[in-house]
Amino acid sequence: MSRVQHWRRGQPTNPGAAVLDLEAVRSDFPILKQRVYGKPLVYLDNAASSQKPQVVIDAISQYYETTHANVHRGVHRLSQEATEAYEGARHVVRDFINAAESREIVFVRGTTEAINLIAHSYGCARVKPGDEILISTMEHHSNIVPWQLLCEARGASLQVAPIDDRGVLKLDEFRSLLGPRTRLVAITHVSNSLGTINPMHEIIALAHEQNVPVLVDGAQAVPHMPVDVQELDCDFYCFSSHKVFGPTGVGVLYGKAEWLEALPPYQGGGDMISSVSFEKTTFNVLPYKFEAGTPNIAGVIGLGAALEYLRRIDPDLIQAHEKRLLEHATESLNSIEGLRLIGTAPQKASVLSFVMEGIHPHDIGTIVDAEGIAVRTGHHCAQPVMHRFGVPATARASLAFYNTLEEIEALAAALQQVRKVFG
Amino acid sequence: MSELNELYQEVILDHNKNPRNYGVLEQADRRAEGNNPLCGDRITVFIKLREDTIEEIRFQGAGCAISTASASIMTETLKGKSLDEVGPLFQAFRDLVTGKETPSADSLGKLAVFHGVSEFPIRVKCATLAWHTLQAALQQRTDPVSTE
Repeated sequence: MSRVQHWRRGQPTNPGAAVLDLEAVRSDFPILKQRVYGKPLVYLDNAASSQKPQVVIDAISQYYETTHANVHRGVHRLSQEATEAYEGARHVVRDFINAAESREIVFVRGTTEAINLIAHSYGCARVKPGDEILISTMEHHSNIVPWQLLCEARGASLQVAPIDDRGVLKLDEFRSLLGPRTRLVAITHVSNSLGTINPMHEIIALAHEQNVPVLVDGAQAVPHMPVDVQELDCDFYCFSSHKVFGPTGVGVLYGKAEWLEALPPYQGGGDMISSVSFEKTTFNVLPYKFEAGTPNIAGVIGLGAALEYLRRIDPDLIQAHEKRLLEHATESLNSIEGLRLIGTAPQKASVLSFVMEGIHPHDIGTIVDAEGIAVRTGHHCAQPVMHRFGVPATARASLAFYNTLEEIEALAAALQQVRKVFG
Repeated sequence: MSELNELYQEVILDHNKNPRNYGVLEQADRRAEGNNPLCGDRITVFIKLREDTIEEIRFQGAGCAISTASASIMTETLKGKSLDEVGPLFQAFRDLVTGKETPSADSLGKLAVFHGVSEFPIRVKCATLAWHTLQAALQQRTDPVSTE
């Protein structure tokens, strides 16, 4: 926990300005020292899953080595300590997204489960035949399919707000799709396939004007920008630990307390009850009402460690660095003959989807992999986006704050190699 | 980089760029569709039989270089072959790309250029999509085939 200062003062050309100390940041992530096929690993698949700093790995092993027991159960020492660590992470999450209360933080398996939880609980309680759920074209499958299942079960219909050729949400059409039948807006904060940052304040304000609650899929936003759920005024916010430098298998559902109080449980089991008899079961208070069964204790503690780690780095420095990476990558990729970027929104996170004329993304992926460069190829769980842009798949480089300009150069060189192979 | 060169051989790149027997076969009496949605590979295989012989075979679709070249070379190889020969050829091809054994170049002919695939296990599904789709067409199956 000694590596705290990840910024330094002064650059020759810009005296006094603080910049991200990349060397220090990179030394926090042991996997970045890995070599692949004898070459330094260039990890550009962060939107799929990000890497873990040593403090996260240590927090998990230390928990198993010294503290593990079930939470909320025993009077014994270890159970108390495990409960303290687990609940401590809930406070860290609350603080990280500035929720009003810790009981508004529900631990789930990931963004997908968080969305399914709301689709199920909100859907059962509030959605009737003829009602509408409003999403957008740029959603990840996990923010489409749960709503399709809900609509089918309840006789409701799914409305889809379109995007333009840059991958920007058409706000006017979004507004016109909001109506008296709309029961919920479910929309991504940042598109995983295009990088588009959606104007959440406007979207949420428009929905609230019609008394429609808003669920935000924040899986791709939280790793790139500070999120303040009170300031956004969203009703639900979901994100995954593994995309924000924490372990896999855990995620967060934030919900305004008034909503979570009003909604029925998602799963039944231990921990979510206050008393059970065969005649009548009463449910536990928030957030435990939504946390049935023994949770992913180590995962939650790891997530807490990841967010505490992030909190020690100035978010402005992270954003400035990622902006530079994105600008440089956009320029480098645009200079490659026959390469087309998919997703050119003016407000964009450091995600670059692209296709190359006459070359299938899978072939791109295989050739750059031989250079030690990890990019994702395929439809990125966003087939409607692929359809919208008329491509079967794309290659995607998604950058995190530990990536470097040299790594962008390596990608550009490897893509030139791809061109050469395919003539 | 030698493994990459083994994978993307000139013959494969050429068939990817100029696929043979490409397009719809109007008189086909067998056809089937293959789809690897995660990759974005799609293929339709058309076959016209004369008794037990593949008189004409074509394919259409979009995919990576490996899947396109595999489909192209498959159609070249199978044109004029009897149905009895298809099964053993498919088996030999599968053994080749999965690295199970190295079938003699004689038995595989041009298909032998795909030996480099065995170094890229993730690409086996690309190389075999056309063959699975062909098999489905011959078995007159109607459900789309996938190798993912």
